Amino acid sequence: MHKYHKKSRILNKRVALLITMIIAAVYLVGIFIWGCCIGEDSYAVNFGNKFLPPSAEHWFGTDNLGRDMFFRSIKGLSLSMVIGVISVAISSVIAIVMGILSAVFGGWVDKVVNWAVDLCMGLPHLVLLILISFMLGKGVFGITIAAAVTHWPSMTRMIRQEVLQVRNSQYVQAAYKMGRSRWQVAIKHIIPHILPVYFIGVTLLFPHCIMHESAVTFLGFGLPREMPAIGVILAEAMTHIVTGKWWLAVFPGIMLLIAVIFFDLIGEGLKNLLNPHTGNE
Amino acid sequence: MQLTGKDICFRYKTKSPWILKDVSLSIESGERVGVVGPSGYGKSTLARILSGYEKPVSGEVKLDGKDLPGKGYCPVQLIYQHPELSVNPRLKMGDILHEAWTPDKELLDRMGIEKKWFTRWPTELSGGELQRFCIARVLAPQTRFLICDEITTMLDAITQAQIWHLLLEECEKRNLGMMIITHNKSLAERVCTRVIELPELNNVERADV
Amino acid sequence: MELLNIKELLVAFSMYKKGFRKYELEVIHQLSLNVNSGEIVAVVGSSGSGKSILAEAVLGLLPKNSHMHGEITYKGQKVDKKSIRKYMGTDIAYIPQSIDHLDPIMKVGKQVMGVHGSKERQRKLFKQYGLPEDTEKKYPFQCSGGMARRVLVTSALMGKPDLIIADEPTPGLDLKMALEALKDFRELADAGTGILLITHDIDLALGVADRIAVFYAGSVLEVAPVEDFVKHKDRLRHPYSQALINALPQNNFEPIRGTQPYAGDLFSGCLFAPRCHMRDDKCACDVPMMDVRGGKVRCVHAADG
Repeated sequence: MHKYHKKSRILNKRVALLITMIIAAVYLVGIFIWGCCIGEDSYAVNFGNKFLPPSAEHWFGTDNLGRDMFFRSIKGLSLSMVIGVISVAISSVIAIVMGILSAVFGGWVDKVVNWAVDLCMGLPHLVLLILISFMLGKGVFGITIAAAVTHWPSMTRMIRQEVLQVRNSQYVQAAYKMGRSRWQVAIKHIIPHILPVYFIGVTLLFPHCIMHESAVTFLGFGLPREMPAIGVILAEAMTHIVTGKWWLAVFPGIMLLIAVIFFDLIGEGLKNLLNPHTGNE
Repeated sequence: MQLTGKDICFRYKTKSPWILKDVSLSIESGERVGVVGPSGYGKSTLARILSGYEKPVSGEVKLDGKDLPGKGYCPVQLIYQHPELSVNPRLKMGDILHEAWTPDKELLDRMGIEKKWFTRWPTELSGGELQRFCIARVLAPQTRFLICDEITTMLDAITQAQIWHLLLEECEKRNLGMMIITHNKSLAERVCTRVIELPELNNVERADV
Repeated sequence: MELLNIKELLVAFSMYKKGFRKYELEVIHQLSLNVNSGEIVAVVGSSGSGKSILAEAVLGLLPKNSHMHGEITYKGQKVDKKSIRKYMGTDIAYIPQSIDHLDPIMKVGKQVMGVHGSKERQRKLFKQYGLPEDTEKKYPFQCSGGMARRVLVTSALMGKPDLIIADEPTPGLDLKMALEALKDFRELADAGTGILLITHDIDLALGVADRIAVFYAGSVLEVAPVEDFVKHKDRLRHPYSQALINALPQNNFEPIRGTQPYAGDLFSGCLFAPRCHMRDDKCACDVPMMDVRGGKVRCVHAADG
């Protein structure tokens, strides 16, 4: 009678999702660590090897100074990730503090936070980034702070919404009436509700930060030219691309794109796996 | 003990229409007061006010002449209509049950709660089973009054009868006072010692919806 | 004339338990039911027991992760997810459970007219259901809950349907108001429409239906004329129906032990057996739907009692 009951398959969508997430994580962590280990001699200047097209020896070819583009790209991407980690850490802390404050206190605190969020979201992102980075003297410090203080608004909104929702839920209200203190309710009900949202938000912020850092650097307001950053590489490639040196732009660009897509994939995957309501695909 | 509401008026915002106006009632320990009336007459709002979830705009709720405590375990407890909304979906049933106190085995047996349910998630229990947990978790020794807001409306007749039988037995034993909100008049006649028609008590003038 | 016939319907959802194991959750199984023209058939079961899934299955509205077996015929024609579409909105009307089914950014007049309707009929229906004339120019959020529900009902009646499937059309209304609201259903049925009414409120079903189908743990255990539930309770065929009626506050208010089995751990044979006072070895076998005393029942002991 119940022949369709409890038939389980090993390879279902969730397992597939987990596998792709692991692949993505390995790619990202691999590049990060590898980039940290690469010494400067791997992409040292060598005028004997100028403008070599991709080959077995130089996978991504070489540039006008004969530097190996593969190692430069890895190093650049890894540098972007370091900046990403720091700026995301700062922004997510700003977001969680502002989000919780505005949801818990309401009233004028809520108004001020919402106003700040709207203001920050209303201004063109890139312009704001360039301005802040420029004011702080560009370089790693400037771009990190600029990325950190421009990426909190969307996450603040998300956290505020979640806190409001869980605070108004019947089970939290009932817990207060059953004599639980604010502190106990926060630990037992509110934080477990917010944490998944927070982690997903953080993972989804990464690609934003990395893209923006590269864009600002590309425009010349971020990392200095002597650093092997993706933005710098792409900017340099622009001057040579007309002469047919396509590999200078294509490979680093693709590396950046893959990194961004993988971050997005991990974030969306987490969202799917952690949300209790997606139990049926 | 006596739970009284005096001249309770309520509306959500200034200028929004009144939901309750000058409602007064009192419930003694051991008494089971049914509040019946069509939907939209503020039955649930009254329940939330009497159990301290909502503050009335004017008027007062007193327990033996004193205000309800703002902190700590409230001696007036509310049981909701939708048990699935009043439990945290991220907690297992055991944690949900022990939110405020640890019921002994005897009580659990009387409530028909099985130990093996403790390790289940709320979605793995039926509405009737969940509602038993919601009742047991507010039957701590400090509880004096229970406010039941349509607690069996969403359940089938057999589960409804089961739940009321065990709830009535428990209340009689401990001399609890109850306010029972329902739209089912035959149910109110079955379980209450006194029945109030809320439309007669509530002085709100309303355009028929 | 027989409008709708559901034979041995099975609906299962594939779900994830904790972690990564997928399994099939059988929400409806062995469900047989028919609706004739001119009658109201009420499906009565507790909330969350999968009654709404029944409506969605018939109308082909089930989500992607579900599958369905069994046979559904409309006016003798076999229908499936696709072929039911040509009847929708004209022959078959659906009154959903929630007023969220209204399009929030379309004026209600236009929504009620739909694809096949006319302005005159819409005005006539609005008048008949006591909706003020300016309602047609309002958006759903401007209507009160009660008005929005009536809008849903009028939109179902737009195409003069032969079959109406109504899923909890009167939530939150007390019995008197709900019966009042369903008076029009009675009139429609008397004029020849067949109505499948899905509700958790047994009093409502007793007040308005011609036949009642008792829904338990994903299946229909008994279909019987309403008189059997009100006047001739001894004629009821299934021990569950008897227990259900006996537990009503206006009757004996006496419960039996046990709970409905959870859809995740069903067993074979009669699903009511563990709670039944007539249980014996025969109950563990597959129980077919049988005709007993002018009703249908799925119980091996029905004929001897």
